[in-house]
Amino acid sequence: MEILVASAVGIMTAAGIYLILRRRTFPVILGLSMLTYGVNVFLFATGRLAIGAPPILNKYADVPYTDPLPQALVLTAIVISFGMTAVVVMIALGAYLSSRTDDINMDDAATETGEDA
Amino acid sequence: MSLFLIAALPFLGAVFPALFIRAGRNASASSAGLTTLLAFIGLMLHAPAILRGEVVTARFDWLPILGLNANFFLDGLGFLFAGLILGIGLLIILYARFYLSRQDPMGQFYTYLLLFQGAMVGIVTSDNILLLLIFWELTSLSSFLLIGYWKHLPEGRQGARMALTVTGMGGLAMIGGMLILGHIVGSYDLTVILQHKEAIQASPLYLPALLLILAGCFTKSAQFPFHFWLPHAMAAPTPVSAYLHSATMVKAGIFLMARMWPVLAGTPEWFYIVATAGLVTMVVGAVIALFKDDLKALLAFSTVSHLGLITMLLGFGTKAAAIAAIFHIINHATFKAALFMSAGIVDHEAHTRDIKRLGGLRHLMPVTFTIALIAALSMAGIAPLNGFISKEMMLEEASHTGWLGNAYIIPGLAVFAALFSAAYSFRYIGHVFLGPKREDYPGHPHDPGFGMWAAPAFLVVLVVLIGLFSGKIAEPLVQVVADAVTQQHPHVHLKLWHGVTPALYMSIFAVVGGLLALLAHGRLEAIWNALPRPEAKVIFDHIIAALTFVADRMTAGLHNGSITRYSLVMILFCTGVSYVAFDSGTLPAATRTVQEAGPLAILGWFALVVATGLILRHHHNRLLALILIGIVGLVVSLAFNYLSAPDLALTQISVEVVTIILMLLALNFLPKETPREIPQQTRLRDAAIATVGGLGVGGLIYALMVRDFAAGTISDYHLANSYKGGGGTNVVNVILVDFRGFDTFGEIIVLGIAAMVIFALTEAVLGSKVRAYLLNRKPDLPQDGDPHPLMMVVATRVMMPLALLVAAYIFFRGHNLPGGGFIAGLVAAIAIVMQYMASGFGWAAERQRIFYHGVIGAGVLIAAATGMGAWFNDLPFLTSAFGYIHWAPLEEFEWATAALFDLGVFLAVVGAVLLALESLSRFAWQPGMTSEHAMDINPARDDEPKIKSEV
Repeated sequence: MEILVASAVGIMTAAGIYLILRRRTFPVILGLSMLTYGVNVFLFATGRLAIGAPPILNKYADVPYTDPLPQALVLTAIVISFGMTAVVVMIALGAYLSSRTDDINMDDAATETGEDA
Repeated sequence: MSLFLIAALPFLGAVFPALFIRAGRNASASSAGLTTLLAFIGLMLHAPAILRGEVVTARFDWLPILGLNANFFLDGLGFLFAGLILGIGLLIILYARFYLSRQDPMGQFYTYLLLFQGAMVGIVTSDNILLLLIFWELTSLSSFLLIGYWKHLPEGRQGARMALTVTGMGGLAMIGGMLILGHIVGSYDLTVILQHKEAIQASPLYLPALLLILAGCFTKSAQFPFHFWLPHAMAAPTPVSAYLHSATMVKAGIFLMARMWPVLAGTPEWFYIVATAGLVTMVVGAVIALFKDDLKALLAFSTVSHLGLITMLLGFGTKAAAIAAIFHIINHATFKAALFMSAGIVDHEAHTRDIKRLGGLRHLMPVTFTIALIAALSMAGIAPLNGFISKEMMLEEASHTGWLGNAYIIPGLAVFAALFSAAYSFRYIGHVFLGPKREDYPGHPHDPGFGMWAAPAFLVVLVVLIGLFSGKIAEPLVQVVADAVTQQHPHVHLKLWHGVTPALYMSIFAVVGGLLALLAHGRLEAIWNALPRPEAKVIFDHIIAALTFVADRMTAGLHNGSITRYSLVMILFCTGVSYVAFDSGTLPAATRTVQEAGPLAILGWFALVVATGLILRHHHNRLLALILIGIVGLVVSLAFNYLSAPDLALTQISVEVVTIILMLLALNFLPKETPREIPQQTRLRDAAIATVGGLGVGGLIYALMVRDFAAGTISDYHLANSYKGGGGTNVVNVILVDFRGFDTFGEIIVLGIAAMVIFALTEAVLGSKVRAYLLNRKPDLPQDGDPHPLMMVVATRVMMPLALLVAAYIFFRGHNLPGGGFIAGLVAAIAIVMQYMASGFGWAAERQRIFYHGVIGAGVLIAAATGMGAWFNDLPFLTSAFGYIHWAPLEEFEWATAALFDLGVFLAVVGAVLLALESLSRFAWQPGMTSEHAMDINPARDDEPKIKSEV
């Protein structure tokens, strides 16, 4: 189980990084979303994995509970990352409509660093 | 009056002149004058206590652990300076009322002036050196506004910039020096620091602290080699020059040297730095002043020279010299302010300040002539005026001070400077007022009205009175100031006639020499003009240009506008730092057993990996990539559910829906394809970086998951107290609304701000020329012939109440079972968005008029009000309460204030999500788009189907 989660986090992070290094707004936003998934699962997993032990207190039986704290943290993070994504999408949209290009690099920079962008 | 109030009054009063200017210039000036007068009276109420030698204090401990206290104290020195600042400020306000023309924005002027005045009063009354530093910087900033008051004059702007650059840099140096001083003593309170002379002077940090503090003082007080800014600041209106350069701004450095005198003075370092700088400044300023043709430039350099004199006296480090310095501070303030004002009058009436174009004004302006004559003679050091006494005292001190064992350098140069000082003072009289009347004045010079000459006249009366009755008038004040400066009780005795002393001979020599120098002015000027001399402004401009060039190159080199490059740098940096951290740590053996993965988990993992791979492969097709990323999000939600996090699963899946809708809406306007423009080499490099990053993060979390916590966690506390203390069994929800309620409160505010930003961005974009493009935009993909299909409309109508019911259910059970405000809010938002999708935004918005800004605001306010409710029970913000209610037919149920808080969360989330989506929808609006009917094709309707395109 752990290896699955860890590899999934790694894959999502790697995909996020790769997409963030693209030159157009849309793939960069997708990359940010992928990175968000990776980071959220990472944070969640710091509470260690447990199956069938939700942190809902059971009045009638003494059952194990998983760590609730990272969950609360990640819940906040999910909502905030929605806000962030929404703002970034709007900025990208405004920039595209105003300048008719969705290149994230400035023109002079693009010519200067064309080979590494 | 409390010192707090005295220091705060000018700041509080600063709003009035700007407001009252609408009621006329007199109202504006009166409000400024009354504010100052009030502060002045408040100060004078302390006069009896101060003259008895008491110290008035006002303390407010703000952050005592950091040494940040708003402490004020008033001793003799502070009283003298505060009196000068407020007293002369009052005269300047009167003078400026008549000096400024109708075209000048007078409200602004008085507002700046009061801000500056407040900052100065703050400096001289602060007990805490950190507070003092803040006021110090405030004087730099507000003097910038004052010097650059005539914004239309390039010299004004340049002069203001130069003054700010020089004094601001000095201020930065001083911050360092003050912090060192506070570090040595262990306190930032001046009164404490002043008790620790031995500790400070014995410290190895004494010299750095001294140099840094003196850098601040010398730049502020225009000491050589930082003297050059002061003459350029003369581009300001004359009232500003008179205020800044007689009694206030430039005296701030002097004040600080006097303030720090007890702990810093008396060492050879102090003597050689301070006395030498003062001596050089005094000589250089006096010589240049004689050859300036601009009246104000002459006065500016004479100010530089006199500041040098005071600095030199303070630098001597003896008590007698300190007394002379204090007395000269008073005298210089009186005669120099009067001189500046008389120069302003001449400029105002004759329309020129060029000495070469003036002369003979005594016939036309007798009152101004009298004022200028007395003030200038005092500056020249002629008996029986006050300038004579302090110059005598200066020469007396200079006559028995040696420099590097040479007994003649200081007295010789002091007499030389005094000679030039007398010469330029005489020139001010001789070349402006004496001589024959001319016919070619640019204006029609005549004496101004009483209002304009009242202030300088008052000052010259003081000049005469202090000169004649120094023992009666000035001595008690100088005594308490000297006590404060020296922290001892030296004997002060001021008198006009000291007998026939070496100082008298030196003085007579200087005055006679000054007269001769004036007679030979034409020849001296020819020599002076033939001499090569460095122009400070040119050097300054070159240094600034060089610095700007370097800064530009640095910025352009690093910050080249390529976001890709910034991301690359950031990712590489994070990876590098993580590697270093990993490499320098140790990795203990694994302690947890790896859990078995079921087929379901493997299936989910497989879906995730395939979807991610396909995204990377096909991300150029944006719609496809969006659908694929939805799969990733879905798998993540399922994983949360599988791994005992039902709340997260619910949140993730509802956020997923909203995010995908948002991105789809945006994609409608964006290109549908990403061009393949990146060379393969770069792609391979990025892939390598991404692989390293992914491996690192994956490895780290794996290493974490197979080990137990290194230290105990606080999670057990939350589990144990969730029900007992928070009244809920869903621990995650209780953490959100109770244990960490403050975080959640902050979070909904952030979410609200994000929605507002989106709204504002939309407004900005739609307000620009983009709107025309959007209105005429043709969709770049074929549109659906039936954008509002009957089936969907009917289905969403049925689903809406159901969805809202689900939202309510999720909301109410949140405290005990998975759910809560966040998730309920998202579900409710989706229910409403479905209506938008089915019948079009325009149609839905017309029928459901909800002001989303208000919803967000209500959410935040409800949450805040719930939190504040705890105050009424004397509990900290956001302490929750809960209890159980039993109503007859129902089962016993629980209520908690946390539910009210969660309601705030719910509203904020609904409002934020809908405001964001609504903003996006507004981009698509085109005229005639809003359909009249909920669906385009409706068999129940007879009319022709109207088919219009909409997104």
